[in-house]
Amino acid sequence: MKKLYELFSLASLLLLSACKGPGEAPSAEKKEEAPAAEAKKSDTGPIKVGILHSLSGTMAISETSLKDVALMTIESINKKGGVLGRQLEPVVVDPASNWPLFAEKARELIQQDVAVVFGCWTSVSRKSVLPVFEELNGLLFYPVQYEGEESSFNVFYTGAAPNQQAIPAVEYLMSEAGGGAKRWVLLGTDYVYPRTTNKILRYFLKSKGVDEADIMEEYTPFGHTDYQTIVSNIKKFAAGKRTAVVSTINGDSNVPFYKELANQGLKATDIPVVAFSVGEEELRGIDTKPLEGHLAAWNYFMSIDTPENAEFIREWKEYAKAKNLPDAEKRVTNDPMEATYVGIKMWAQAALQAGTTDINAVRQAIGGQVVKAPSGFELTMDGKNHHLHKPVYIGEIKGDGQFNIVWKTEGPIRAEPWSKYVPESQNKVADWSFPWLCGNCEQAKAAPF
Amino acid sequence: MKLVTFRLFLLLLIAASALTGSAFADEARPDVSGLGSEDLAEVTRAIVSIGKSSSPEAIEILSALEAGQIERDSARRVFLRKESGELVPLTGGSPEGTTKKVTLNNVARRTLGETLARLSLTASDVNVRRAAAERLADQPDPETVEFIRSLVEAEKDAKTKGFMDLAIAKVDLRSPDRARRLAAAKAIIASEDISLVAELKAIVGKGPNSYIEPDPEVRREFSRALSTVERRIVKINAISNTIYGLSLGSVLLLAALGLAITFGLMRVINMAHGEMLMLGAYATFFVRERLVAIGPEITEWYLLFAIPFAFAVTFGAGVLLERLVIRHLYGRPLETLLATWGLSLILIQAVRLVFGAQNVAVANPEWLSGGFELMPALVVPYSRIAVLLFTAIVVLFVAYILRGTSIGLRVRSVTQNRETAAALGIPTRRVDTLTFGLGSGLAGLGGVALSQLGNVGPELGQQHIIDSFVVVVLGGVGNILGTVIAGFGLGIANKLLEPSVGAVLGKIFLLVILILFIQIRPQGLFAQKGRAAESA
Amino acid sequence: MKSRLLEIHGPRGWAIWGALMIIFAFIVPSLVPEQYALILGKYCCFAMVALAVDLVWGFAGILSLGHCLFFALGGYAMGMYLLRSVGTSGVYRSELPDFMVFLDWKELPWFWRGFDNFWFALSMAVLVPGFVGFVFGYFAFRSRIKGVYFSIITQALTYAAMLLFFRNETGFGGNNGLTDFKTMYGYSLRDPSTKAFLFSLSVIALGLAYLSCRFLVTSKYGAVLRAVRDDEPKTRFTGYNTLNYKWFAWTFSTMLCGIAGALYVPQVGIINPSEMQPSNSIEAVIWVATGGRGTLLGPILGAFLVSGSKSVLTAAVPDLWLFFLGALFVVVTLLLPRGIAGLAQGPLRKKAHGH
Repeated sequence: MKKLYELFSLASLLLLSACKGPGEAPSAEKKEEAPAAEAKKSDTGPIKVGILHSLSGTMAISETSLKDVALMTIESINKKGGVLGRQLEPVVVDPASNWPLFAEKARELIQQDVAVVFGCWTSVSRKSVLPVFEELNGLLFYPVQYEGEESSFNVFYTGAAPNQQAIPAVEYLMSEAGGGAKRWVLLGTDYVYPRTTNKILRYFLKSKGVDEADIMEEYTPFGHTDYQTIVSNIKKFAAGKRTAVVSTINGDSNVPFYKELANQGLKATDIPVVAFSVGEEELRGIDTKPLEGHLAAWNYFMSIDTPENAEFIREWKEYAKAKNLPDAEKRVTNDPMEATYVGIKMWAQAALQAGTTDINAVRQAIGGQVVKAPSGFELTMDGKNHHLHKPVYIGEIKGDGQFNIVWKTEGPIRAEPWSKYVPESQNKVADWSFPWLCGNCEQAKAAPF
Repeated sequence: MKLVTFRLFLLLLIAASALTGSAFADEARPDVSGLGSEDLAEVTRAIVSIGKSSSPEAIEILSALEAGQIERDSARRVFLRKESGELVPLTGGSPEGTTKKVTLNNVARRTLGETLARLSLTASDVNVRRAAAERLADQPDPETVEFIRSLVEAEKDAKTKGFMDLAIAKVDLRSPDRARRLAAAKAIIASEDISLVAELKAIVGKGPNSYIEPDPEVRREFSRALSTVERRIVKINAISNTIYGLSLGSVLLLAALGLAITFGLMRVINMAHGEMLMLGAYATFFVRERLVAIGPEITEWYLLFAIPFAFAVTFGAGVLLERLVIRHLYGRPLETLLATWGLSLILIQAVRLVFGAQNVAVANPEWLSGGFELMPALVVPYSRIAVLLFTAIVVLFVAYILRGTSIGLRVRSVTQNRETAAALGIPTRRVDTLTFGLGSGLAGLGGVALSQLGNVGPELGQQHIIDSFVVVVLGGVGNILGTVIAGFGLGIANKLLEPSVGAVLGKIFLLVILILFIQIRPQGLFAQKGRAAESA
Repeated sequence: MKSRLLEIHGPRGWAIWGALMIIFAFIVPSLVPEQYALILGKYCCFAMVALAVDLVWGFAGILSLGHCLFFALGGYAMGMYLLRSVGTSGVYRSELPDFMVFLDWKELPWFWRGFDNFWFALSMAVLVPGFVGFVFGYFAFRSRIKGVYFSIITQALTYAAMLLFFRNETGFGGNNGLTDFKTMYGYSLRDPSTKAFLFSLSVIALGLAYLSCRFLVTSKYGAVLRAVRDDEPKTRFTGYNTLNYKWFAWTFSTMLCGIAGALYVPQVGIINPSEMQPSNSIEAVIWVATGGRGTLLGPILGAFLVSGSKSVLTAAVPDLWLFFLGALFVVVTLLLPRGIAGLAQGPLRKKAHGH
């Protein structure tokens, strides 16, 4: 049977190769051989830049703003003369919160010869496009915090790895200043980011001497809207010991969760809730007065008081007004928007330095690039693990939907995509700097070519 | 409730202090300079030291701090901002530059709350004392307990005394003094506490080689306390699950009621039903935004305007849909699925372009915020009670229209037998339009209710459409009473399952139970009789 | 035998079928650039689902709003094989799939056994959806669940399955699903010739699926099936065991979906629970309705048209494409009650289908 099949496949392959006409697209390897020729061809026209964010479906709620910020940044770069004297031309597509469609659209973008793609929000969308970027040697900037355990030659992560968000937040809540929590509720939507983050946090909490009985892990299905039981369970669990809730509840479920929290009178002074997916954008949908004091951990808050941030916010509000975006007056900035902004600036800087938009050259130039971010810090792209060094802020929700920053790191900290709290990954090294080229080795090894 | 009274008392205090501005005599003032610090730890320490000072002003300053009336300038000088807007210096001198409100973090806020509670234990108002004692009984530290011990004998109010005893008991559980331990066990039995299960279990259990509680009599008493607390928790769980189930059921029902008309009675597989819910919610948002521009008093009552407005908007949208699209599809029910699905895509995207892809904020009015504490750890939010009542009213309204009015009679006659109804001179087309409008309008009302509990965004309808279909089908298509029973039944079943298996598996089990249930009753709870049943 | 073949198609029909197969299975794959091969291959899989839905809806009157469950099950079976064949070249260099290593699982769960073998996985891709459909169909048809009741419980079924697969504990990679495949039967999935081969395989599978559906509906069995659709009680009273007729069509249809899923996964490179979300199944029904219910060819066209316009419009007018798609559905229902295929049939053969 096996033989038959192989014969059949061989036969059809032969037939195929015999039929290969001039219309056949060049394979990935061929493409790499001829960058010079291609570069010449498109040296004068505008540089195409792909934007791959869902504008419809369940993720549109979060991703639409990122598309807008990306367009704003590109417009402002163009106003200053573009990159290498050429204008940037954004190519916007809508992958419609459909993961296979993400892969299809990514392929479409790369084969239109975009110089770089900014996009994705959910981990599954990134996982879906990752093989495409690796196969066709594209360049992706991913702007959202995620669970780590990944490192790709073709992706630059400008969002936080767990050690740049989750762990500092938990450390803060444990400390005297944060309330000295002894008991923990890990609450999330049932999918990979919350599960893996909570797994890392569990290892971390245990390493700090927290007892198994003092950790409660709870999950809700996607799109869950009824949090009555869970909030009252938290109350019961919290009785008797200082308790904090770590929430990785996703998107739409946050509003009903926080409304229930407020209405059942769960005060931040008694049981603080720290969230990793709730920022200024999400709070726009909630009346925050009863939520005062609940926390969020991010690498950027709109309330950061620096001239760079004021400029960023002004630029954004003006753009929203000029483009007539819905509810332009009340638009806010948030962490993934800042990460998108920084990512685009970083790419433009690198292209300028490399003197070309050729992907291999730009990739080499991005490592070590420094951008003065709205947070006021100079953020560096790590050439080894392709993650951004980021400062960590912890903010308490205020009545007006903004955050009161109560804690921050001294400066940017380096990302650890391979968590040291997970046994399988603690020895892993990500090193994409020449000549190592390995994202998941036990020790750095020599380049394959 | 108690917290509210406590708050009110503090507000009164502040008002009083504002009236008697002269009360801030310099010599009796505690040291408040720490409040001017940027460092929150220092502010927290200042709060503690103000609380410990015997100054009569301490309570006023701390209350003002809680109300956000304490400000500081760039030179760390501290001021009190009075209601009138006047700045009263607390550390002397006039403000340098602009003053900023002293903002607290959770720890400072908690310390402040506990400090104020300690100070209020000696207040003359019994409600204030009770609230303060309750707060301190939550997680008392030994130092506070010694303070409470000094007051407990003199306390007249039984409830306040109960909380004080509980606070003492929590510290005395492991006291070396046998009498104190015995008293602690008795106090726990007498209280309403539910927080001590783990602690009590540890105490009555065995240590490495002997019982942790050496005295058998005390141990027996602790065991009794443990079982009392456990029974209490079982009772609370039973009651809370029922209440939560009713509440969830009312939400499911309200979301499904419109569908019970458009799908149940008219047999339109109305995939745009969810979008009617969404339009209702957005109508609520729209009304609120308009009223905010007019004034805060009227905004407080925006729901009264939103309910008729949302009904009108969705009724209109329903009539329009029926006239333009659905009308041409009667007798081809399955094709309505395709058309309404297309309409739902269009509506979602239209709302996204007009209002933005993000959620919009629909804040509960003040009178629907918060809830009352029925039992420990069981707070019933006002908004949920309101939705439950609203559901009851809407169901009665539908029942009245269908059963008690001539329009209802026509609707029923047309949906039961179109040809005969037409032969009897009923304008079936107009009745169809009205019926579809009514169904959509009811969905709009559902949207108003949903806006009070969850998020309002373009995808709102998609979150509820599957549940709504399930409710209508489970109840028996075409049977409104069945829909009502199915809604509450599913709500309660869900809440009974959730505590034991978790929210995710609970939902899965419920769907599986539904599938099995339909095997037993293939036409839902209330099967239609006669020929109509076969063509359902 | 010969006459039976001619019942399926006239000689001209056979000629067209053969010509189309040769063109699309052998010539087109070698001509189009690889990204189009992938997209067209994907559409072929969708078209097979549309065929499967049409078989039960158009010919037996059973409206399923959960057919993508079977599609996804077939996809998972193939995905499990593809993930197993990654071997130790995953990120953790482990024998186990990456997500299991990360979840700290020490050994392969029992239901993953055997999936190292291509032929085992392939048969599972057909048998698992078939078995689920078989059992579900037996209970549903035996209880005489019909019409919307049936539709809604199929929807509940796929929704429950989606929630189940979302959980990491279930053992299929949670919401990230199975991804990062490398090879299939030893051939690299990145290789353009593998892609072209998968495309031609999809075309062949679609062609055969079409033939087998055609075979069923032109037989006596098909006639009884249509009788069941048009008036089940009467058919039952005539002495036919309608349960068996519906049951067979249903199970066959679920197996078709399984095959489609198994072909789909290596081409898109990911399978995850969102394939089971109810809206995907509704979309499958919409392909059928757009193309023309009860025509077999129509649904294939519908699947290509709707998915094709989705692909084009999401890039051309990302903000407005939902308007176009929504309007398309409304217009088709209002103006083309028998779908696109109805256009070809012309006014002479005006005959109301079904209800």
